[in-house]
Amino acid sequence: MDGISLLTITVLAVFVGFEVVSKVSSTLHTPLMSGANAIHGIILVGAIIVAGQAAHPWVLAVALLAVVLATANLVGGFVVTDRMLEMFRGRPGKVEKQPGTSRKGTAQKDMSREGKESVK
Amino acid sequence: MTLLDPTLTSLLYLAAAVFFILALKGLNSPRTARRGNLIGAFGALVAVVTVFFSVRLDNIPWILGAIAVGSGVAAPVARRVKMTQMPQLVALFNGVGGGAAALVALLELPAADDGWMRLAVVFTLLVGAVSFSGSAVTFAKLQELMTTRPVVFPGLPAVMGAVLLAAVGAAAAVVLGGSLALALVLLLLGLVAGVLLVLPVGGADVPIVISLLNAFTGLAVAASGLVLGNVLLVVAGTLVGASGTILTRAMAAAMGRSVAGILFGAFRGGSTAGSTAVSDRPVRSSSAEDVAVLLGYAQRVIIVPGYGLAVAQGQHTAAELALALESRGISVDFAIHPVAGRMPGHMNVLLAEANVPYESLKEMGEINSQFRTADVALVVGANDVVNPAAKTSAGSPIYGMPILEVADARQVVFLKRSLRPGFAGIENDLMYEPQTTLLFGDAKESLTKVLGAVKAL
Repeated sequence: MDGISLLTITVLAVFVGFEVVSKVSSTLHTPLMSGANAIHGIILVGAIIVAGQAAHPWVLAVALLAVVLATANLVGGFVVTDRMLEMFRGRPGKVEKQPGTSRKGTAQKDMSREGKESVK
Repeated sequence: MTLLDPTLTSLLYLAAAVFFILALKGLNSPRTARRGNLIGAFGALVAVVTVFFSVRLDNIPWILGAIAVGSGVAAPVARRVKMTQMPQLVALFNGVGGGAAALVALLELPAADDGWMRLAVVFTLLVGAVSFSGSAVTFAKLQELMTTRPVVFPGLPAVMGAVLLAAVGAAAAVVLGGSLALALVLLLLGLVAGVLLVLPVGGADVPIVISLLNAFTGLAVAASGLVLGNVLLVVAGTLVGASGTILTRAMAAAMGRSVAGILFGAFRGGSTAGSTAVSDRPVRSSSAEDVAVLLGYAQRVIIVPGYGLAVAQGQHTAAELALALESRGISVDFAIHPVAGRMPGHMNVLLAEANVPYESLKEMGEINSQFRTADVALVVGANDVVNPAAKTSAGSPIYGMPILEVADARQVVFLKRSLRPGFAGIENDLMYEPQTTLLFGDAKESLTKVLGAVKAL
C-alpha cells in the first residue's frame, strides 16, 4: 500500500481512538486500559510473519521470542480484562440478600446472567 | 497450501480492526464492557488465524509451539492473579508487548530498504524498548520489589539527556546506513531511557505511567505495522496510542495531576519532599469494642475503603459490617476515591467482588459534601486519599490531588496496621487530630472484631 493511503488510515485511526474513549467514567479506567493493552498484543501478527520468513536460526530464535512475548500480551491481556469485568456484577443468587439492589437495572441482570458460567 | 486471496485477507483484517474499535467502545460503559472485551478477543483471533492462511510461512510448528508457550504461561497467571495485583500484571503484559514490537522491528531492519522504512524501524525499536524496561520498573514498584518512592540522584537529568542524545545519534545513523550493530545499541539505549524515565515517578503516580507506556506500545506497534506494510497493525496500534493518550490524561485529571508534572516533576527537584520517618506524636488508639460503640450508636456512617482493605481480603467483612449497621437503622455508604486501590476504578472492582451494591458506592464528588453530616468516617486501610496534606502542604508529593474530606466527619476512625505512611510515602496529620481514633491491626481481623462487637451491642 502506498504511503499516502497509510497516512490517511493512520490519521483517521487517531481520531477514532480519541473519540472512542472520551467521557469514560473513572470506574472503568482500569479495565479500559487493560483492554487497550490487550489489543496492542496484535503485534503477534507481525511476530508470526517475521518468524515464518526467518531464514537463519538466530533470526528464528529472536522471532520466536517475539511470538512468545506478543502472545503473552494478547492472551493474558484479554483474560485479565475479562476477570476484572467479571467482578462488575453481583454474584447470582446472593444478590437479593443485599439491601438497595431492588433498583438494579435490567442491564446488570443481563451481566449477571452472562457471568454465571464463569463462576467457580 | 493455497493462500487466501489478498482482497479477502484485507477484508478479514478490516473486520478485525472494526472488532477492536467496537471493543474499545464497549469498554466505555459497565453494561457493555465485558462483551466489548470478548469482541476484542474475537477480533484478535480472526487476525491471527488470517495471518496463517494469507502469508507463505515456514517454521509453522515452531510458531505454534511459541504461541502455546506464551498462552500457556500468560492465561493461568491472568486467571489466578489476586485482584489486588492486577495493576502490575497489566504493566507486565504491556511491557512484553513493547518488547515484542522492538524485536520485530529489529528483525525487519535488513529488509527495510529506504530511509522512511528505517525511520519507522528506529521509532519502534526505541519506543518499544522504553515501554519494555519502563513497564518492568513500574512492575517492580507496584509489586514492592523496590521502593515506591521517587528515585532520584544528582545528575539524573544530565544522564537522561546524554542517553537521549546518544539515542538520537544512533537512530540517525541507522536511518542513513541501516547498521544492525547500531540498531542493537539503540535498543540498549531505549532500555536505559525507559528505566530512567520511570525511576523518578512516585508510587501514587505509577498507574498513570502504566497508561502512558500502554499508549507508547500502541505507537510502537503502529510503526512496526508501517515497516511490515500491515494495515491491521497500523490501525490497532494507532487506536491504542490515541485512546491511551486520552485515557492517560483522564487518569491524571482524576488525580489532579498533569502528565508532564508526573514525568518531569522529580527532575526539577524539590517537589518530592516527604518523609518515611514515623513521628512520635501521640495518637489515640482504641479497642474494637469502643469502635463498635461509636459505629453502633451513630446515625450516619461513611466507610472509606483503601488498598489495605483489599490486601487483607477484608471486602466481604466490610460488606457484612455495613449490613449489620444498616439493620440497626444506620445509614451506611462507601466513599470511593477515584484512585483508591492502586489504579482508577480498582476499588470498585474489589468491592463489586464482595457484592457491595453499586448504590452504596459513592464517587468522591457526590459524597464529599456529606461527610459534614456523618457521625463516623471509618477509614479502612486507606491513607493517601484522605491525607489533608494534599490540600495544605505545597511541598508534598500528593499536593493538588483531590481527597475525601473525612476530616469533616464528627469522628474519624482509622483501621490500620501501623502508623507507617501510605504508598506515596508521606505522613498523615489527620491521624493525630483529636477527633481521630485508631484501631491497629490487619484490616480484616479488625473488621471481624468490630463486626462481632457491633452484633453484641
